[in-house]
Amino acid sequence: MYYIEMHGHMISRTTDDYRDMAAAGCVAVSEPAFWAGWDRQSADSFEDYFGQLTDFEPKRAAQFGIRHMTWLCLNPKEGENRRLAAEVIQRIPKFLDRPNVVGIGEIGMNRITRNEVATFNDHVQLALDHYQMILIHTPHLEDKHKGTRVTIDNLAKFSGLNPKRVLIDHAEEHTVGMILENGFYTGLTLYPNTKVSLSRAVDIIERYGAERITISSACDWGPSVPTAVPQLMLEMRRRGHSEELIRKLVFENPLEFLMQSGKFELPRLGILAQLRQAAFAD
Amino acid sequence: MEGTCPLTTRQIVDEYFIENRTRILDIAAYLDRLERSSDGDPASKDFRMDAFRRALLALSAEGNGKIEQVQLIFSDPTTEPKEKLDTKSASGAWNPAANV
Repeated sequence: MYYIEMHGHMISRTTDDYRDMAAAGCVAVSEPAFWAGWDRQSADSFEDYFGQLTDFEPKRAAQFGIRHMTWLCLNPKEGENRRLAAEVIQRIPKFLDRPNVVGIGEIGMNRITRNEVATFNDHVQLALDHYQMILIHTPHLEDKHKGTRVTIDNLAKFSGLNPKRVLIDHAEEHTVGMILENGFYTGLTLYPNTKVSLSRAVDIIERYGAERITISSACDWGPSVPTAVPQLMLEMRRRGHSEELIRKLVFENPLEFLMQSGKFELPRLGILAQLRQAAFAD
Repeated sequence: MEGTCPLTTRQIVDEYFIENRTRILDIAAYLDRLERSSDGDPASKDFRMDAFRRALLALSAEGNGKIEQVQLIFSDPTTEPKEKLDTKSASGAWNPAANV
């Protein structure tokens, strides 16, 4: 079955991972801008990173027939640094016309400080100013519930924001309800230890349905599994779920969401943005 | 919420009992390990283990919604953003003493 990896930090992964993902059915990857594991020291460093995401990485993915899309921002882990955030946000617009850029992300909060909230709001405004879609990280562990609540409350302050063009990611049992109730897309992240296991992800789907839910591995430089999405397919089959439901979660939902960017297309599968964009236009 | 899993009760037990038996044994061994610590310091002094104990109690309750209850036991219940960054990483449980 074809699938779309909605959240993969592929610059941290090997070319062999691309091959394994393609062999397992992956036809596209959406890669949000990420924290390098250490704080970058200047906006120049971000420019190099954005260049890698928009030039080198799509070529690496294309070797295996995978369409690479990306999201740009200063990551939530660096949001406390307001001066750096302002400099980076100023430089993002010149990358937005590149063919694989689908929006602003993954923005959000880390420990939910006043500075992080301010940086988050600046990114949302940037997205609205340039009619970009938004991908939002929600904080880890004990901070997730509060961070998701603060995120949704802040988004409500932006009158021009269409929730269907926003994906609030890394949902868990105590946050998925509030995300869906407010009209946003959401993502379940199959990340060992700190996010959602395969069986818990399927439990959430059984309880909340499949509308506006996407699945990802969020593979990065930490312990993570680039082929976690096909593993979820196996878990769903183990429970007797239909192929139609599985396909909706791993392919159709991310396709519908990404198509709204007007850039996402899968010519190999006969899916072109121009045709689908009309179908999903408001 | 009843009936949302396609499997019968018997099928769920058949499929998932062994792996969850393994998990509960791991928790039991973890708690025993804490009792065998080199300094003998009581684990209950640590805010994370205090939350862990409360989560274990929640598992014994009747009815559905255990996962949400456990998630909320570990979660920060406050609503206001912090004035400044305290630490870069989350610890897994909310520490009421460290809240600023």
